[in-house]
Amino acid sequence: MSRGARWAALAVGLLVLATAFPFYWTVVASLTPEARLFQAPSLVPTGLVLDHYRALFVERAFWVPIRNSLVVAGCTTVFSVFVGSLCAYALARLRFRGKVPLLGLVLAVSMFPQISVVSPLFLLLRSLRLIDTYPGLILPYLTFALPLTVWLLVGFFRQLPAELEEAAMVDGAGRLRAFREVIVPVAVPGLAATAILTFVYSWNEFLFALSFTLGPERQTVPVAIALFRGQYQVPWGQVLAAAIVATAPVAALVLAFQRRIVQGLTAGAVKG
Amino acid sequence: MATIRFEGVQKTYPNGHVAARGLDLAVADGEFVVLVGPSGCGKSTALRMLAGLETPTAGRIFIGDHDVTAVPPQERDVAMVFQSYALYPHMTVRANMGFGLRMRGAPPDRIAARVAEVAQALGLEMVLDRKPGQLSGGQRQRVALGRAIAREPQVFLFDEPLSNLDTKLRVETRAELARLHRRLRATIVYVTHDQEEAMTLGDRVVVMHDGVIEQAAPPMEVYRRPATLFVAGFVGSPEMNLLPQPDGTLMGVRPQDLTVIPSGTGELEGIVDVVEPRGSEQLLYVRTGPDGARELRVIAPPDLAIAPEQAVGLRLDPARLHRFDASTGRRVN
Amino acid sequence: MVLPAVGTILLIALFPLVWTVWESLHLHDLRMPWLGRPFIGLDNYIEALGDERFREALVHTLAFTVASVTLELTLGCVLALAMNRAFRGRGLVRAAILVPWAIPTVVAALIWRFMFDGDSGIVNAALAWLGVDPPVWFVDRLAAWVPVVLGDVWKETPFVALLLLAGLQGIDASLYEAARIDGASAWRQFRHITLPLLKPALLVALIFRTRDAFRVFDLVYVMTGGGPGTATEPIALYTFTSLLQNLRFGYGSALSVLVFLVAFLLALGYIRVVGADLTGERR
Repeated sequence: MSRGARWAALAVGLLVLATAFPFYWTVVASLTPEARLFQAPSLVPTGLVLDHYRALFVERAFWVPIRNSLVVAGCTTVFSVFVGSLCAYALARLRFRGKVPLLGLVLAVSMFPQISVVSPLFLLLRSLRLIDTYPGLILPYLTFALPLTVWLLVGFFRQLPAELEEAAMVDGAGRLRAFREVIVPVAVPGLAATAILTFVYSWNEFLFALSFTLGPERQTVPVAIALFRGQYQVPWGQVLAAAIVATAPVAALVLAFQRRIVQGLTAGAVKG
Repeated sequence: MATIRFEGVQKTYPNGHVAARGLDLAVADGEFVVLVGPSGCGKSTALRMLAGLETPTAGRIFIGDHDVTAVPPQERDVAMVFQSYALYPHMTVRANMGFGLRMRGAPPDRIAARVAEVAQALGLEMVLDRKPGQLSGGQRQRVALGRAIAREPQVFLFDEPLSNLDTKLRVETRAELARLHRRLRATIVYVTHDQEEAMTLGDRVVVMHDGVIEQAAPPMEVYRRPATLFVAGFVGSPEMNLLPQPDGTLMGVRPQDLTVIPSGTGELEGIVDVVEPRGSEQLLYVRTGPDGARELRVIAPPDLAIAPEQAVGLRLDPARLHRFDASTGRRVN
Repeated sequence: MVLPAVGTILLIALFPLVWTVWESLHLHDLRMPWLGRPFIGLDNYIEALGDERFREALVHTLAFTVASVTLELTLGCVLALAMNRAFRGRGLVRAAILVPWAIPTVVAALIWRFMFDGDSGIVNAALAWLGVDPPVWFVDRLAAWVPVVLGDVWKETPFVALLLLAGLQGIDASLYEAARIDGASAWRQFRHITLPLLKPALLVALIFRTRDAFRVFDLVYVMTGGGPGTATEPIALYTFTSLLQNLRFGYGSALSVLVFLVAFLLALGYIRVVGADLTGERR
């Protein structure tokens, strides 16, 4: 190996280690019995137990937040990909005035700090009696999910050759039908990447979930974990077990679809 | 089958670019018309307006006797073969070819029968269940063709369909298309930038330049009596020689219509500059004029003994001379 | 086709923002409803500028932003350069480093909080093993920033690295070959070819990360709660506290607007940089 390549391998190796170690440590801790958690830690674990995981589901009914997160993230993703793809397609293909400012608006909205819209949304949801409900989270989530899907999909649709729809139209399909029959099947990779990203962002969201839910019945996973309270101290064993459980689905998604995700992210950001 | 008519069709894009200026053209039922010209001359725009993919800024377009100017493409009953074929990548060849019929609500058994029929005519029976990504370039071209034929439309539109093929395949497919036209008796509008293709395929050739139709006539007429300077220079290879005359006109003579004769006996005198042997003929570049400033292209027989720096005479055939007004570019003889 | 998406966005995003601005011009304390909701103009903003806790939060946020963005860009650049050389398992590496970015910030905060924990934390154990006396991380006003910054860097660097990697891969390899033939050293090549051509990607990464670092909330809330006291409190957290804990809606709205203005200016900068590509380079 050339000298440059050796440096590169070293750097990468170190950074991967730095990335993975915290996870390793967390997994080990989550499998360590409570008593031993507060002693001096050792790198190589012994005597691992599943106590914490069991407690999570038996004592704390952790499946409730998981259910809530799945519902909220799932619905947000489905709705925003569906509506967003139509919007993105129109922006990418159809000719009408005000396209660029509209795109700019979409981008600008996605940049709103969430904290800036929390209070009015809170009051709005409260007046609609949507606090602590599923729609009460899905609607606010759309404020970042919709711009995200539109932004990602516009870039993606632009890359598809225009002749596909033209051929379909000449063959007798109207715009909408051409979209459904020809564009959507071809766009599946882009749609999938967008859906995954939207799901991940929705699953991880914290501020809105914290602000717009009141009790364990509707809290999502990030909120539930953050609010774990022990009698005297933070129950680290269970907290970390919950952390792993919260992480597992997104980590799996990312590992499986990393190439698509990266394509989606960087295509939108760098090439525009 | 149907006739086509362009009446005063104009297309100006929002950025100001004028792609078509006052196009007037009538295509007869069953005619094979080729729109030819350099890049940017407006031929593709004209085709796309005919398909309905672009709307004219002014003027009207008729297919049959219907004014289709504002009619969307899906209601026009035209079929188009794109330069890139535009095959639906996620569908099988069978589904691709049946798509148009399916869109028009034909019953499935009729679709299946028609697709099988067309596939057999084009030699595609073996690949009906493959996807476009698994086919060769030539096969894909045939599928694009099949997709158009299966629909039995009023008009066929071709947008430079041969430009993605290698030379051998191109020549073969050209013959196929001619045969197809004879068999289907279809009205075809065909766009190409290759003047040789235009001349061999079309019943009539429409030479376009800068959004305007320079001449619309059968190939031989376009060759023998080009209507404008542009057509004279565009059609025919090598390019026609143009000689300015004292009366403000330009005299045009094709390289093929100049005969090499011994020096001192012809209407023109010159010195040979370059000799290009081409197998069936020789292309000579001959310097003439008071200070050898003018260069003429001459086609000579392959066995003529000729070398650079040789002095030669050139004879013109008076029946093959062309004269153009230098300012308007129009033919005057 | 465009209407449903745009309509939803306008309703759910634009409207609340306008509302927030309007609210910021009023006195609105939900704990004291008898005071009503009188219009007080820019008084909230004046109070904010004079509020020492607000000024401190601003300083905290700026310091945090500078520290984390610098680290993330540098490390991200190194990582991107290293990953640019094709090697086997690159896809796996990319996936591996992407995981921290994908997990909830809450989880990242907890993981790092645990590692820095006084008794059972691995960090203290490691420092002790090296013979270094560690500070009490979450009690020391300055030291509390270390796990916060590290946690953010750990989570966000992969995104920066991937962004820069994409930028690197867009650089024509033949440029380096020409430079090598011309006798340029590796450092020279980096300075004169890589860096200039990477500028657009660097800019994008810079703007994205600055904007997000400025809005940091989840990480701090879970890891330190803004503590000890208010030593690690960023602006977003102070705004949140004013709004939903102190229920001072008018004041909190004013703080929100201020945060928004900064983020918006950065967004404008972003649009300026990338917007040229949006309208210019059309396919």
